[in-house]
Amino acid sequence: MSNELTRRTFSKLAVAASVAGTMGFQVPKQAKAAAATSEAGWKWDKSVCRFCGVGCGVMVATQDDKIVAMKGDPESPVNRGLNCIKGYFNAKIQYGADRLTKPLLRKKNGKYAKDGKFEAVSWDEAFDVMAGKFKEYYNANGPDSVAIFGSGQYTIDEGYAAAKLMKAGFRSNNIDPNARHCMASAVAGFIQTFGIDEPAGCYDDIELTDAVVTWGANMAECHPILWSRVTDRKLTHKDMKVINLSTYTNRCSDLADLELIFTPQSDLAILNYIAREMVKRDAIDHDFVDKHCVFATGFTDIGYGLEADHPKEQGQTHRGKAGGHWTITFDEFKESLEPYNAKYTSELCGVPVEKLKELADLYCDRDKKIISFWTMGFNQHTRGTWVNEQMYMVHLLGGKMSKPGSSPFSLTGQPSACGTAREVGVFAHRLPADMVVANGKHRAKSEKLWKLPAKTLNPKVGTHAVKMMRQLRDGKVKFHWSMVTNPFQNFANANEWIKAARTGDNFIVVSDCYPTVSAKVADLVLPAAMIYEKWGSYGNAERRTQHWRQQVKAPGEATGDTWHLLEFAKRFTLAECWKEQPLPGVKVEGSPDGVLPDVLEEAKAMGYKPDQTLYDVLFAHADMKKYEWPDPIADGHGNDIAEHFGFFVQKAFWEEYRTFGIGNGHDLADFDTYHRVRGLRWPVVNGRETQWRFAEGSDPYVKPGEGFNFYGKALKTIPHGGPKGEKTNHAGKAKIFFRPYAAPAEEPDAEYDLWLCTGRVLEHWHSGSMTKRVEELNRAVPHAVIYMHPKDAKERGLNRNDLALLESRRGKVQARIETGGRNRVPRGLIFVPWFDENVLINKLTLDATCPISKETDYKKCAVKISKATA
Amino acid sequence: MSEAFSRRSFFRGGLSGRGVAAATAGGLGASYVLDMAKAEGRPTRPPGARPEEHFLATCTKCGQCVEACPFGTLKLATAGDEVPAGTPWFEPRDVPCEMCEDVPCARACPSGSLDTQINILDASMGLAVMTDQENCLAYKGLRCEACYRACPLLDEAITLDMKPQERTGRHAYFLPIVHSEACTGCGKCERACVMEKAAIQVLPRDLALGIGGDHYRFGWDEEAIISRDFVAPTSSPQVIDQQGVLDSMNDLSGIEEAP
Amino acid sequence: MTALRFQILRRITQLGVLALFWLGANMHLGVLTGNLSGSRIFGVVPMADPFAALQIATTGHLPGNTVLIGSAVTLGLWFLLGGRSFCSWVCPVNLVSDAAAATKRRFRLPIGFAVPRSTRNWVLALALVLSATSGVAAFELVSPIGFIQRELIFGVGLGLLAVPLLFLADLTLLKRGWCGSLCPLGAFWSLVGSRSPLGIRFDDESCNRCMDCVAVCPEAHVLNFNHLSTTGFIRSGDCTRCGRCIEVCSTEACSFGMRPPPAGATRNGDTHVHG
Repeated sequence: MSNELTRRTFSKLAVAASVAGTMGFQVPKQAKAAAATSEAGWKWDKSVCRFCGVGCGVMVATQDDKIVAMKGDPESPVNRGLNCIKGYFNAKIQYGADRLTKPLLRKKNGKYAKDGKFEAVSWDEAFDVMAGKFKEYYNANGPDSVAIFGSGQYTIDEGYAAAKLMKAGFRSNNIDPNARHCMASAVAGFIQTFGIDEPAGCYDDIELTDAVVTWGANMAECHPILWSRVTDRKLTHKDMKVINLSTYTNRCSDLADLELIFTPQSDLAILNYIAREMVKRDAIDHDFVDKHCVFATGFTDIGYGLEADHPKEQGQTHRGKAGGHWTITFDEFKESLEPYNAKYTSELCGVPVEKLKELADLYCDRDKKIISFWTMGFNQHTRGTWVNEQMYMVHLLGGKMSKPGSSPFSLTGQPSACGTAREVGVFAHRLPADMVVANGKHRAKSEKLWKLPAKTLNPKVGTHAVKMMRQLRDGKVKFHWSMVTNPFQNFANANEWIKAARTGDNFIVVSDCYPTVSAKVADLVLPAAMIYEKWGSYGNAERRTQHWRQQVKAPGEATGDTWHLLEFAKRFTLAECWKEQPLPGVKVEGSPDGVLPDVLEEAKAMGYKPDQTLYDVLFAHADMKKYEWPDPIADGHGNDIAEHFGFFVQKAFWEEYRTFGIGNGHDLADFDTYHRVRGLRWPVVNGRETQWRFAEGSDPYVKPGEGFNFYGKALKTIPHGGPKGEKTNHAGKAKIFFRPYAAPAEEPDAEYDLWLCTGRVLEHWHSGSMTKRVEELNRAVPHAVIYMHPKDAKERGLNRNDLALLESRRGKVQARIETGGRNRVPRGLIFVPWFDENVLINKLTLDATCPISKETDYKKCAVKISKATA
Repeated sequence: MSEAFSRRSFFRGGLSGRGVAAATAGGLGASYVLDMAKAEGRPTRPPGARPEEHFLATCTKCGQCVEACPFGTLKLATAGDEVPAGTPWFEPRDVPCEMCEDVPCARACPSGSLDTQINILDASMGLAVMTDQENCLAYKGLRCEACYRACPLLDEAITLDMKPQERTGRHAYFLPIVHSEACTGCGKCERACVMEKAAIQVLPRDLALGIGGDHYRFGWDEEAIISRDFVAPTSSPQVIDQQGVLDSMNDLSGIEEAP
Repeated sequence: MTALRFQILRRITQLGVLALFWLGANMHLGVLTGNLSGSRIFGVVPMADPFAALQIATTGHLPGNTVLIGSAVTLGLWFLLGGRSFCSWVCPVNLVSDAAAATKRRFRLPIGFAVPRSTRNWVLALALVLSATSGVAAFELVSPIGFIQRELIFGVGLGLLAVPLLFLADLTLLKRGWCGSLCPLGAFWSLVGSRSPLGIRFDDESCNRCMDCVAVCPEAHVLNFNHLSTTGFIRSGDCTRCGRCIEVCSTEACSFGMRPPPAGATRNGDTHVHG
């Protein structure tokens, strides 16, 4: 081809890398001028990213009730104006073509029918049918028959409203969030170790550390902006070390000095090996350990959270007491570690001894500040609580705890797993501010703050998420309402639950914004407003609480989840809910076993009337209504919920909610403050946030001279030497747990010969209900693929790109094979992301859980693969 | 000779007046054909495609490669496309090549336009080029790199160059860099780019790659290969123009001020 | 019914071939893959357009082996069947030109300007010259046959504009312009098929010179009764073997059959084949 041609083609293809060069100055100037004109009418306001637990700040621009642009918030200390590409597309997630804008009810011949087809109905009809079905089951079967499946994506006021409605109104503890699937093991680890939830350190540790070790955390893809900070630290500090531990090569390995690919479940052994080395080499911070720690261990035969008749559960005598633990001596601790020598550990985990040694060298180095990051690799684990505790074991032994630059850091996957699910206590066993329903004092305190008659709150721990689905199948839970989550895509062993929902005697309600798998499985769908269509607040992984204002109206008749809850509450009177309730297994002082007492008399004495609604008593009482709308803090922004209910609902809820945490280690600032700052890390005492909890000088709860104080109150009084030993209180101390290796619940065998690990990709978030509707993100990663080792593929006669049939004992899906690409799996393991509703990988996964935290292990089950025939 | 075929009958009428008109029409047609053959964009061809000139000459436009493609990547150009009509091509931004290991498209080619023995890793459909670093989100510091993660030969054909971000003082850049020796031009990166118009695009290799002087080697790189073999100036006897040198020496014009 | 038996058969083969290609391209039915330029039968037996191969060869490039073998297969086939059988039994453009001719007859439109038949030989020559000079198979680049069949099989594009263009040109301007006078592929097949062993036999004794056949014949010049009365066989390669003459002949003077032995041998052989 001639030069002339190449030149022409070149310009035709518009490959103008030269925009920067020859014409670079004029065009931007013109563009800037044009932009200045068109952007003159935009209104910018601060908000947060909708997606992961990093909690990046964003700025939202609106015009004519539409989001016209978005940018990373340059003032946000988390991201300083940056975003990942999910964050980049926040502006588009609310504008999918298939937004749900009307309540949809399954009907036949004009009436609700389980086997009917969806029809648009009015809100009145939706709530009539919903309340009718609720009362049918509630009156006949009691508070155990109804359940809400909530979310770590609830705004704080939504989670608060849901928890209060269920626990104080319906007197049912059957409320659990999807955070059960992602954070429960972290919570159990925190509570058992420190007596209080959530990380001690903060993101600032990254800029201060000497080493980052990622354990089962694909931070490079799942916490992109934090990983950017880790990378910067590594690039700007020559001696900084990065080690990546995972069951497959992920993108964190791009940065890592050392990569350890270990056999699933053997992380338990690796951590014990490190501890053993620390003991052997005397790399222990004796002063720290002596002053601030005790040694502990617990039951080992605790099962796998499977159903009682499962073969794996037989002989597991302490499956009902999985959390039981007691103190031991240092010598006992040391002896327990003895088997985990380098050879044994290496054989178990498949990592060469030299690599293990290099890892141990780092943790044994007294001079090194280390952050260990982990997420779902640890938490979604049949010994998730244990492995969390083992991580603390290593950090506590070395005194690498609550010190700037040294932190065992449990990351979160959801934007408000911390802020809502955990801090508000949207769990079957929790109340706000780390209190629990089983504790009489906690109930009494909550009843007082909520202005409830004594003994209103139900002391029986409710159904955790997995149990909720099992009980739905068994016909015990009959009313199931999921909000801000997609349970029928995100539960392991999904086939079972989808079938139960579609064929059982039950009523499934889904509050959702798009036609997700769960919405399609439901009987009633309530159209929900999305993040920037309502006021809200989230709490990120470093305890940073961030609030935002409503930016635009929701489309059609869609309304916020708080609206759904409050309107539903209007349809129930005190007389219906606070009467005597049958509740098998409950024990309330002064009442017969199996009965929740009638509290209406005391309610009357408190000035309530039996025909008042739950809405009146729980949500719209005088103390709430004093928060008037409009409020100057709105700064011209609307508030559809406040306008509908006639008071500043979100502010009222916030101010009531924060009374739980004040003086309790969970102090939060007042509502208005959060609209002036870029978030604050609790505890916020006297207007000051806390970077490092438990550390003198940083944490206001630690007194001068204490150095460190692990002041969490939970589980501090425990026996010594065994479950029946003498109980002692270890106030102010953290526990160093010994936890042994335990085999996984399901392993590859001759027939199901591969490990299946599931997870995420950067481009999509969770079940893809939002990101799959952003055309650009969907184009970037349109389908879930099966990441497979090329030799494993060849052995089975499979090629890259082949459509394969993937089967477990529970279900099957088809997807294409990828033998290269972003995730490089070792032989014997495959990885499949779960964002794709056309590859419902959770049909295959096993609903085994950590018996302590009840969190599902999504990382390990056995599957087989063959070429798809169709 | 039969009536069906004789030299005379074959070209009968060729010199008539009508023939002149026909010849004119033919000439116009010919120039159209020549234009069609040359003034076209440079499409991304199936894997194993011979150099464009050879490819264009031999392709019979039978579409068997198109039929063999399991992903609907390949299509035959139609009139109006900026590609010679009937020839197979693909637009990576729409449907990229999925790099099948058995390369069914090339295997199906009857005409020799595609190398039926091609190993997909040796394919050279084009070369991905970061055509616009100025607007690329990764170069702005955002965590995108969708192109990198979409690359089937990730860490070979595209790598990330990590650099600190001075503006924030605490984040890093993750800059995608394409390596021509590994890139096959499959276009998965161009497809994945989340920009409205892709900042990474597949270009014909000969347009995308520069060619260095053959007289220089990089001192630190023993294995550096420059595209042509160096031909030393002394390898053929040089004829020095002695008279020219003398004339030049004796020419002071422009040096000596005119009197 | 029988009066149109070859027309119906031809439409079946024309559309059937296109349909089989379409099914191959779109439904993965493996009977015929590719298109008229090059194909495989049941994925095995190759066929190729020998005229395209000839053009490729003139560019100075050797066509691929499969194309060469495929070309030989098609050459053999069409040589055997003779004349421009391809044009009337397979080529989709025939549908267009037949439709234009039928419309003209139906509405008694003027016949139109007759471009000399030999023009297509010039076009053929030009195609080869241009292929040699441009380095690209020249006719293949612009062939309306190529456009129409490719786009019918692989997806509709602007190339199908060739259909209305050819139709309107034939209807308003030219007398069987494309097929009769311009198409170099027709010229090529005419050359290939001029010596074929099979063709149209003519029984002079039965013929009453009603001229019905001449009226319907798309290449009426092949029905030269002076020649036919002596040869008993249409010898011109231009004959498309469409069978219209057989259909319209009231005296059964025309029929499909073997080429009779060269002049001097028996005129009416006994290898009569009824269509």
